[in-house]
Amino acid sequence: MDIFLDILISASLWATVLRIATPLILGTLGELVCERAGVLNLGIEGIMTLGAMVGWMTVYQGGDLWTGVLVAALAGMLAGLLHAALTVPLGLSQHVTGIGVTLLATSLSYYTYRLVLPQATTPPTVTPFQPIGDGSLLGSLPVIGPVLAQQTPLTYFALAAVVVVAWVLHRTPVGLAVRMVGENPAAADAQGLNVTGVRIGAVMAGSALMAVGGAFLTLSAFNAFFFNMINGRGWICIALVVFASWRPGKALLGALLFALFDALQTRLQQVSGAAIPYQIYLMMPYVLSIVALIVMSRRAAYPRALMVPFRKGER
Amino acid sequence: MIRKYVMAAVVAAVAAAGGMSVAEAAEKLKVSGVYTVPVEQQWVSRIHKALTAAEERGDIDYDYSESVANADYERVMREYAEGGSDLVVGEAFAVEQAARRVAKDYPETAFLMGSSFPAQDPNFAVFDNFIHEPSYLTGMIAGGMTKSNVIGIVGGYPIPEVNRLMHAFMAGAKEINPDVKFMVSFIGSWFDPPKAKESAFAMIERGADVMYAERFGVSDAAKEKGVLAIGNVIDTQAQYPDTVVASALWHMEPTIDKAIAAVKDGSFKAEDYGLYSYMKHGGGSLAPLGTFESKVPADLKAKVEAKQKAILDGSFTVKVDDSEPKSTL
Repeated sequence: MDIFLDILISASLWATVLRIATPLILGTLGELVCERAGVLNLGIEGIMTLGAMVGWMTVYQGGDLWTGVLVAALAGMLAGLLHAALTVPLGLSQHVTGIGVTLLATSLSYYTYRLVLPQATTPPTVTPFQPIGDGSLLGSLPVIGPVLAQQTPLTYFALAAVVVVAWVLHRTPVGLAVRMVGENPAAADAQGLNVTGVRIGAVMAGSALMAVGGAFLTLSAFNAFFFNMINGRGWICIALVVFASWRPGKALLGALLFALFDALQTRLQQVSGAAIPYQIYLMMPYVLSIVALIVMSRRAAYPRALMVPFRKGER
Repeated sequence: MIRKYVMAAVVAAVAAAGGMSVAEAAEKLKVSGVYTVPVEQQWVSRIHKALTAAEERGDIDYDYSESVANADYERVMREYAEGGSDLVVGEAFAVEQAARRVAKDYPETAFLMGSSFPAQDPNFAVFDNFIHEPSYLTGMIAGGMTKSNVIGIVGGYPIPEVNRLMHAFMAGAKEINPDVKFMVSFIGSWFDPPKAKESAFAMIERGADVMYAERFGVSDAAKEKGVLAIGNVIDTQAQYPDTVVASALWHMEPTIDKAIAAVKDGSFKAEDYGLYSYMKHGGGSLAPLGTFESKVPADLKAKVEAKQKAILDGSFTVKVDDSEPKSTL
C-alpha cells in the first residue's frame, strides 16, 4: 500500500498522465464536436493516423513544428469534409462511412509515407516539441510546477482547446447552432439555419482537432512516425465521448482518468510483475473505463439527432 | 506488381546493355518477402537488408509485400508462389497453419519462414532470431555498467523470440553482478513507441540506470533521462551516441545466403536454419562499443571478450529459455 501511495504522489506519475491524456483530450473533443452536430465520426482512428503522418512529414521536409501541426489540422479537415460530404448531404450510413474513412486515411498515410521514404530501414526522426522546462512561468509554480514543466506546448494547446470548445459550444451563437442541428435539425432549419452547412463545418472542425491529437504522437510524445502507432487511441475517444455525456469538461476528466489508469498500470506492473500476469495490468485502464462508462452514461443525454440524417422538407 | 515489371524491364535493359544474354539474367532466383510489419521494424529489417544485399550482388530478383495482415498472409504467399517465386521468405508466427498449408500446395517453391515450430517436409524451412549469445554478452556489459544495480527491461509481448533474448541478457548481467535486479514490463504492442517510452520513464524513475531496449522508444527515454541503454537486433548507437552502450546484432545474411545457395543447386530441404543466427555462423554479433570503447572498464571488456571466445569455440553455451521473464525487484 505504501508503494501505491508513493506512486500516487510522485510528480512523474502526473506528468505521465498529462502526456498520455493529451492525444485523448484532443481526439475526444474532436469527436464530441462532430457528435454534438449529430454526426458520428468513426473516421477518427484514421484521421489521427493521417494527422500523425502529415504533421511529422511536414516537419521532416523542413517545416517548423507549428506548421506541422497546422498542416495536420488541414489534412484532418479534408478527411472530415469527405466524411461529412457522404453522411450529411447524401445521408449515407455514418457507421459504414466512418469505417471507410478510417481505412482510407490509414492506408493513405502508410502509402504516402512509403512513397516518400521507400528505403527507410530505421525510421527517420525530427526534433520534437520540447518540455517547457523548470524556468518557465508554469514550471516554477509550487507543487504542480514539476508536473507542468515536463509538458510540451501541445499539451497546453489541448487544455486550452477544452476551454475554447466548451465556451464556443455553450456561450456563442455558433455553438448554439451546432447543438441545435444535433438536437433538432428540423427546428434549426425552421429558424433559417443551414443545417447541412453547420454539420459539415462541425465535422471538419472536429476532425482537425483529432488530427492534431495524432500529430501530438509524432511531434511531441515521440519523434518518428510508425505504422499502427495510433494503436486504438481513436476508438478510446469514441467511448470517452459517451463517458463525458457530450460535455467538454467531462471529456477532459475522462481522458485524464483513462490516462491515470494507464500510467498506474505501467507502474504497478513493474512493482509486482511476478504476482499477476502482465495482461491483467494492460487490461486495467480499459476495464475501469468500461465500469466508469456504465456508471456515467446511465444519465447521459445524448444529442437527439445523433446519426439521424436531415433531409430538408421531409417529415 | 508494378515494381516487379519495372524490375524486369530494368533487368532486361541492363542485360541488353551489358551484352549479357537474357537467358543468363533469367536464371536469377526469384525471391519474395511476405512481412506482417513494415520493413522498418527491427526484426524484419534484418531479413529485408540481407535480401536487398543479395539483390544488389545480382544473385536474386527480390520483391516484397510489407504490413500484410495475418488474414491476408496466406493469399499473398499463394500469389508469390503462383507468380513463380523460387523462394518465399517471411514470418509464420501468427499464421503457422495457413503458411504450412500453402507450402504443401506448392512443393516446387522453397519456403523459409520465421517460426517457433519445426520445419515441415519437403519445402518448409524455418529460422528464428537466435541471438541469445550476443544478448548474453550485452547483459554482461549492462551488469558491469549499472551503478544502481537496477536494470529495466521493456518488451512488446512475451513471445519465445523475445523471452530467450531477455533471459540470456539477464543471465549475462547476473554473471558479472550477482546483486543486479530487474524490472520487466510488456506494453502489449509492437508499435507504440510513446507507450514504450512512458514505461521506460517509469522504470528510470524507480532507479533503473541501464535500460534494455527491446522496443523503439526505450532508448529515447534513456537518452532524455541520461541513463544507459542496450540495443537489440539493430545497432542504434549512431542515433544515441551518448547512451547506447552496446547492442546484440542479428545478421540474416548467413541464413539467407545459405538458403539461396541451396535453392540454386537444388538441395533446399526442410531444415531448421535457426542455427545460422548463432555467433559461430556469423548470424549474431556484439556491436562494436564505438563511443563507449573508452568508457567501459578494461577488465569488463576482457571478461566479455573471453566469454565471446568461449561461445565461439563451444566451451560455453548460452541457455535458451523461452519462458516469460519476470521482475525480480
